[in-house]
Amino acid sequence: MFGLPILSLMLLVPLAGAIACLLVEAKAARTIALVATTVDFLLGIVLWNRYEIGGAQWQFTENAPLFAGFAWKLGIDGIALMLIELSVFLMPICILASKAIEKRVGEYMAAFLLMEVLMIGVFAAQDLFLFYIFFEAGLIPMYLIIGIWGGAERIYASYKFFLYTLLGSVLMLIAMLWMVNEAGTTDIPTLMAYDFPVAAQKWLWLAFFASFAVKMPMWPVHTWLPDAHVQAPTAGSVILAGVLLKMGGYGFIRFSLPMFPQASADYAGLVFALSMVAVVYTSLVALVQHDMKKLIAYSSVAHMAIVTVGLFAFNVQGLEGSMVVMLSHGLVSGALFLCVGVIYDRLHTREIARYGGLSINMPKYALFFMLFTMASVGLPGTSGFVGEFLSLAGIYQVSSWVTLVCTTGIILGAGYMLYLYRRVAFGEQKNADAAAMPDLDAREWIMLAPIAAAVLWMGVYPESFLAPMRADIAALDARLAAARPEGDAKPTAGQPKVAEEHAAHGAAPEGAH
Amino acid sequence: MDLMHSLRLVAPEELLSLSGLALLLASAWLGSARAARVITWLSVAVLAACTVLVLPGLSNPAGADVQAFGGLYSADAFAAFAKVLIYIAAAATLAVAPPFLEKAGAARAEYPILVLFAAMGMGIMVSAQNLLTLYIGLELNSLAAYVLAAFLKTDERSAEAGLKYFVLGALASGILLFGMSLTYGFTGTTSYAGIAAALQGGIAKGALFGLTFVLAGLAFKISAVPFHMWTPDVYEGAPTPVTAFFASAPKVAALGLTMRVALEAFGTQAAAWQQIVIFAAIASIVVGALGAIGQTNLKRLLAYSSINNVGFILIGLAAATPAGASAMLVYLAIYVAMTVGGFVAVLMLKDGEGNQLEMLGDVAGLSRTRPLIAAGLAMVMFSLAGIPPLFGFWGKFVVFQAAVEAGMVPLAALGIAASVIGAFYYLKVVKVMYFDDPAGKVTGQSDMVHAVLLLASALFISPVGYLLTKCLGQFAETAAAVLFAGA
Repeated sequence: MFGLPILSLMLLVPLAGAIACLLVEAKAARTIALVATTVDFLLGIVLWNRYEIGGAQWQFTENAPLFAGFAWKLGIDGIALMLIELSVFLMPICILASKAIEKRVGEYMAAFLLMEVLMIGVFAAQDLFLFYIFFEAGLIPMYLIIGIWGGAERIYASYKFFLYTLLGSVLMLIAMLWMVNEAGTTDIPTLMAYDFPVAAQKWLWLAFFASFAVKMPMWPVHTWLPDAHVQAPTAGSVILAGVLLKMGGYGFIRFSLPMFPQASADYAGLVFALSMVAVVYTSLVALVQHDMKKLIAYSSVAHMAIVTVGLFAFNVQGLEGSMVVMLSHGLVSGALFLCVGVIYDRLHTREIARYGGLSINMPKYALFFMLFTMASVGLPGTSGFVGEFLSLAGIYQVSSWVTLVCTTGIILGAGYMLYLYRRVAFGEQKNADAAAMPDLDAREWIMLAPIAAAVLWMGVYPESFLAPMRADIAALDARLAAARPEGDAKPTAGQPKVAEEHAAHGAAPEGAH
Repeated sequence: MDLMHSLRLVAPEELLSLSGLALLLASAWLGSARAARVITWLSVAVLAACTVLVLPGLSNPAGADVQAFGGLYSADAFAAFAKVLIYIAAAATLAVAPPFLEKAGAARAEYPILVLFAAMGMGIMVSAQNLLTLYIGLELNSLAAYVLAAFLKTDERSAEAGLKYFVLGALASGILLFGMSLTYGFTGTTSYAGIAAALQGGIAKGALFGLTFVLAGLAFKISAVPFHMWTPDVYEGAPTPVTAFFASAPKVAALGLTMRVALEAFGTQAAAWQQIVIFAAIASIVVGALGAIGQTNLKRLLAYSSINNVGFILIGLAAATPAGASAMLVYLAIYVAMTVGGFVAVLMLKDGEGNQLEMLGDVAGLSRTRPLIAAGLAMVMFSLAGIPPLFGFWGKFVVFQAAVEAGMVPLAALGIAASVIGAFYYLKVVKVMYFDDPAGKVTGQSDMVHAVLLLASALFISPVGYLLTKCLGQFAETAAAVLFAGA
């Protein structure tokens, strides 16, 4: 299309920026990083503009057989498009949020730009092994980001992050090797339509599940997440929550579901069980946190559980809902981490009890924080509502019990988020230093305002975001149709009582009047 | 006529032996210490010339055309591939030696000459078509290696390493010889082709014993578990350039030799040795990974890492397919680059007075004091751990791909899961260099040659290396096809 390999260009710009950042000193590195991510964001806008809704399933395809065994093959559908948009949207904000980073700025910016390359690569790869390389390679920069610029417990957190995700992924690699051996191709679109033997599907599904469940993260392999989030610098948390977690969901929607539909149906019960535990358990854990970042991290696990439930509902609402929850959570949790970062930069503590009454001295901050809190809770009008409602509507067709348990997540979510907000923004100003903090400055405005706008946009008019994905989700739904499990609700058409009532009405008046 | 043909085929060995002797004489006349640097560079040139000599052989298929001396020696594509790696590794590890040896007061011309003879022995090892040729090559290499390990005469650790290497190496040679004699006794021949033909119908119990002993002897040489115990001690004690040499070139030779024996001589009875190889592979991966965790000496750590890597390479052998053999060769090529890079980085760690540092604590915070060395070493570590996009991942990838294609999914799953254990200690090195506060010990200047070599290997193992996958894969495939030509 237009002969311009725009996806490769989007990978190249941050890569070049990363190399440049390594060679210059701090101030220049900040500028380079900001320019590179902004250019990528603009390219992202061009990408969205040129994406033809209702056009070919795979657009912007590129194919260069550069390597033995796999190819440099890129291309996106609507699902990948939206996730790429999310990544390029959050990146410039992350760079802006990194003002507090003082040490080794060049390396820091390089690591972030490298992360951007790998994230876009994951969503754009159309070759199985190319996907794996992008997927795995993200470990190195993230390990360094947590380990070098993280908080006090950063070393433990970085190890945990690395080894957990690595163990999950290597098993997936073996499954991929088997699949390629069986199907004779590394092309993802072909593999998505390939029918693997049902007995093998189960093993393959489990191997992929091992990887995506850790990335997602699902209970009980979520424990790396709170540690990594709390210890990472603010921008690291934003990228981790905003985009990296989405790789797990993207993996389910791109690989597990279309490639192994039968196994997905068979294991849906397992996913539901783990997700139900996650929703209730992590919400309760979030209620008792004293650390703001930890609280938001646990809420991420609960939200991701809604995503998995929706994905395995095997219907259009569930799938669309899950995608919207992912996009919305990317924005909202990213924004919440930024909000934490704003006050952390001023007071250097994440202890909830150290704050209080911030709405008095930081009214604008309190307003933004309120908006994102509400979006996280899922208030109608914000992006959170659209996604959660669709997901739960989808799962309701499959299982009322799962819906019942998962909906408590929304109630509990309101509980812990409002409790957090009350303790931070309302009440009396207990600490003099917290009471003296200045309100948002221009840089923080630039960080938070675009996310707030996007959250409202997605909440009021989600069609803009759903339209590009609709055809792809319909295709996936058709692929899953054969394996779709039967729902437990079994709604039956009600008895038409209207005629009787009319007859009764008709008969009564004479006597009554 | 026939003799001339044979002599043409063994040209690299002739060049090595003649120039080795000539340089030995030169060093005797010029004075060993004075001529050391010149002779080192001449030896590097000789190895480079040998590399050029064997390059055309990379496309030689198996057959009578490439057989020399009545089928004792073969200059086929497999031998050529292995020799290119051996000569390059030997030249690289030789080029980094002079500053180290000069500092240690052991700059002598015998050092490069011993390396030349060892390289010649290794060439014979990978070209051998007969158990006796094999043994001659192996001993030629080993004898040179024992002396190299003990090259720092005044250093206790070096002497100890040399003695340990000699005693255990001699024991391994004995085991190997015993196995060879049993094989000869039960098959009536020492030529690989003859053994393969004799075992066509089935394997006698005696020949099975012979096979087991041969493999045990070879396991010593490639330091596969359970015959790996000498490796950490020898690697730690030997002078660092020698350790770099041991970890690279002889590894290639011994593994090439093992492949030839297993796939050519005993190729018709793959089922008889597959279990042994599978055990050795898994055990090497696990023991290599677990053993490295507690190490505080970088050389010891790299020794365990080499045990761990041999395990991965053996997974390719366990597959017993052409794809597996080709995967082993690809892995070996990448492994040589990683090993050279890793040891060169260790060699570059010097304190203000130019003394070598080799403890893990010494590299604390290296990324802030010496960012380039740290970045190079970190790349080697991530690459050894097999994390994409570094090239080390590709080695593991092809090996596991071969195993999966051969239907050994449980082996592959077990092996790759165990690789996560290994990732832990590679990460530890990166953690010490990047996360810890600087120890400020590494202050010395490093040699230009070291920097160039580190840069070259870093470039090779960087994602740029993936552009080589096609040609590397092609050469490896041609080479591997040789081993299956008879089957």
